[in-house]
Amino acid sequence: MDLSFFLDILIGGLIMGGLYALIAVGLSLQYGVARVLNVSHGEFIMLGAFATYSLYSLIGLNPILSLVVSGPAVFLIGFFIHNTLFKRLRKLSPSIEAFEGSSLLASFGLLFIIQNIALLFYGPDIRGYTYLDNMVDFFGSINAANRLVALLAAVVIGLVFYLFLFRARLGKAIRAAAQDVTTAQLMGVNIYWVLGLCFGLGALLAGLAGSLTSMMFEITPFMGLPYTIIAIIAVVLGGLGNILGSLIGGLILGLIGNIVMYIHPGLSLIAYYLIFLLLLLIKPTGILGK
Amino acid sequence: MRLLEGEGIIKNFGGLTALANVNFHIDRGEILGLIGPNGAGKTTLFNLISGSLVPTSGKIKFKGEDITGLKPHRICRKGIARTFQLVKLFGSLTVLENILLGGLFGPSKNSHKSRTKEECLALLEFVGLSEMQESLARDLTIINQKRLEVARALATKPELLMLDEFMAGLNPTEIAMGIGLIRKIHDQGMTIFMIEHVMKAIMDVSDRIVVLHHGEKIAEGIPEKIAANQMVIDVYLGT
Amino acid sequence: MTYSTKFSRLIPAFILIVIFALLPKVARPYTMISLGSIFMYVVLTVSWALFSAPTHYISLASAAFFGLGIYAAAILGQKLPLPLFIFFGGFISFLLALLVGLSSLRLRGMYFTIFTFGLSELIRNFVQWWEVNETGTVGRWVIQVNPKMVYYAMLSIVLLTLGAAYFINRSKFGLAIRGIGESEEAADHIGINVNASKIIIFAVGTFFMGAAGATMATRWTYIDPSIAFNPLYSFMPVLMAIFGGMNQIFGQVLGATVLTLLADMLLTKFPYYYMLLYGIVLIIVILFLPGGLVGLKDKIMLWFKRKRQGYETT
Repeated sequence: MDLSFFLDILIGGLIMGGLYALIAVGLSLQYGVARVLNVSHGEFIMLGAFATYSLYSLIGLNPILSLVVSGPAVFLIGFFIHNTLFKRLRKLSPSIEAFEGSSLLASFGLLFIIQNIALLFYGPDIRGYTYLDNMVDFFGSINAANRLVALLAAVVIGLVFYLFLFRARLGKAIRAAAQDVTTAQLMGVNIYWVLGLCFGLGALLAGLAGSLTSMMFEITPFMGLPYTIIAIIAVVLGGLGNILGSLIGGLILGLIGNIVMYIHPGLSLIAYYLIFLLLLLIKPTGILGK
Repeated sequence: MRLLEGEGIIKNFGGLTALANVNFHIDRGEILGLIGPNGAGKTTLFNLISGSLVPTSGKIKFKGEDITGLKPHRICRKGIARTFQLVKLFGSLTVLENILLGGLFGPSKNSHKSRTKEECLALLEFVGLSEMQESLARDLTIINQKRLEVARALATKPELLMLDEFMAGLNPTEIAMGIGLIRKIHDQGMTIFMIEHVMKAIMDVSDRIVVLHHGEKIAEGIPEKIAANQMVIDVYLGT
Repeated sequence: MTYSTKFSRLIPAFILIVIFALLPKVARPYTMISLGSIFMYVVLTVSWALFSAPTHYISLASAAFFGLGIYAAAILGQKLPLPLFIFFGGFISFLLALLVGLSSLRLRGMYFTIFTFGLSELIRNFVQWWEVNETGTVGRWVIQVNPKMVYYAMLSIVLLTLGAAYFINRSKFGLAIRGIGESEEAADHIGINVNASKIIIFAVGTFFMGAAGATMATRWTYIDPSIAFNPLYSFMPVLMAIFGGMNQIFGQVLGATVLTLLADMLLTKFPYYYMLLYGIVLIIVILFLPGGLVGLKDKIMLWFKRKRQGYETT
């Protein structure tokens, strides 16, 4: 086993892992803070992907630049949905468990709605575009340039996000709310604003991940659900409610998935589910969970 | 005759020792009080006896039989019933349904359904809740909820009744009613083990008292002796 | 209350049963097919609600059990007569449910729900992989059965399911399950074997799901993993129960019937909007109709009652 083979797996794993980490952190924000296990998370990924695809096809906008459009657009949609639908649901629910249940079901409804709208606009066909598909040789490991760019972008997004969470005042408010919603409320934090912000940020990360995905893979209106499932697994793996944990969970899943793919393609999804179920049975609180 | 015995009970939660080598016993027909500052391990001891938790080491014997580590529903069938610090009723079921469940599943021998219903109605009468048969459990006042919880426990036909802070949250009138109810139950021959913070109540009612502090038994004896015990006084006054 | 014998209430049900039994003689084939779908969803919804409604553990694994029944028909249908492979479909689901129940006992709330969903998807993906790699086929053909027999089989399963739900509800076991839903710890302490009870009621429901799957498979004749284990079979029952009124058998049946008819109509008239409309219905129901149609009916009747009382006092 030579270096290039090892690098192939590592880089491939990091690319997928980086994507999964973004998606997982997004979902973790939505569940950890806003307490919505958003099964329509993947649909926001799909929206980001189609936004970038459309901008590239219609006006030739560089996919990297389109991040500036797709991210905020999806953020606004997410924020709006939270502060209309989920805010009202939260007020109606007698307990947090009841809210988790009803918001889960409501997000299924969102899944249907968003997917169907995309279907109406774009039809069921698989679409894609080519961007930076030249091959790059890195110590013997050959990867498409768009994938390396996506990895780089994911890292940058992750860093920016980290700085925001740990340095910016708003980020600190979010972390406070993540720890303890009631206390944060008592300290003067406008809770629905923060919850909506977190939900929106989660959607933003999904949208950005989707844009990056569109550079590397084909897209369809149905692409969302598999990503949602991976996000859920990553979040549970890292520990429900722990943002850093989901990042780690996403990275681990990306690496494992890539390794399994080399051994026996088609088994990676099954591997994910097995890990997931075993995790729930043995240590449901995950790697970093309380 | 020793109805319930605990030998060398130790309970650790990770690095925290909740109970350290506690020994105690209850004789049939007596009322044993369990007191101690918050965090002393009282409810933990109850949980070990009732089966919610398993001791790290030590033995619990009921009527001479080792019941350590048995599941709660089995311990109930053996004849131990309890109430909880925060009342745990079946909120959206009626008062009658709550007590019926106790009567149908709790006793060691299943009697006929209609007999059970009669007995449960009699118990409701006994605790003073006959009028509220059809009310939903969650709509009752605190004192009535506690009465219901006791009635439900009694419906399981126990030989030992464990009461966890029955008086908590009650006003003086209700406390007096509570004491009266406990005495009434005791007069019927029930052995009672009770945790209580309301000193007057527990001193009045108990035959003997055990004092826990930081998981250890620091005193045991009749109420008068306990009240005069300097160590107990210090522990409660926090010196 | 739960112990009184109100058999007079069952008379309309008996009449309906007779009507359904005689229907094949007079109805059009399309009606029979439509009814078959309704029966299927009634079974799925009532079976799901058997466990999930009183205990508040939302299971999203119905597709796994339904699909297992479908595969039982596909694999055993050639060798066994209809009643037998239907029974096996149910029985295999029952066994899987026992296993699932035993392993997931310690999972609460959200963890339980995502576990069941993950399990269902694992089974789907695994069967897919197995069929492709080991068996060499993707789909399978299911033996053809006389549509009338399929109809009567489904009708029987519906009646069995409803009967089971009804009698469990009125029994002390049913009362115990409702108690468990309110407080597992209290139930444990008054002598109810909570773990065993949860597993049993969960498994009983899945038996009917499996039997229904085995029956319906004969109608579809061609099946593959994405058809058999379609996640829709997991969350339609949830939606239908919530829509109709989760806590009463009548509500569950009503929800399944109305939404199945609605889906049929939407599929024919607006095939491109059907998911969209479903999603909207789901969200509207969750937001505005927490008690479902039955809850709505109760609210309306309460409103009328208050109005009448208002008139009487003035």
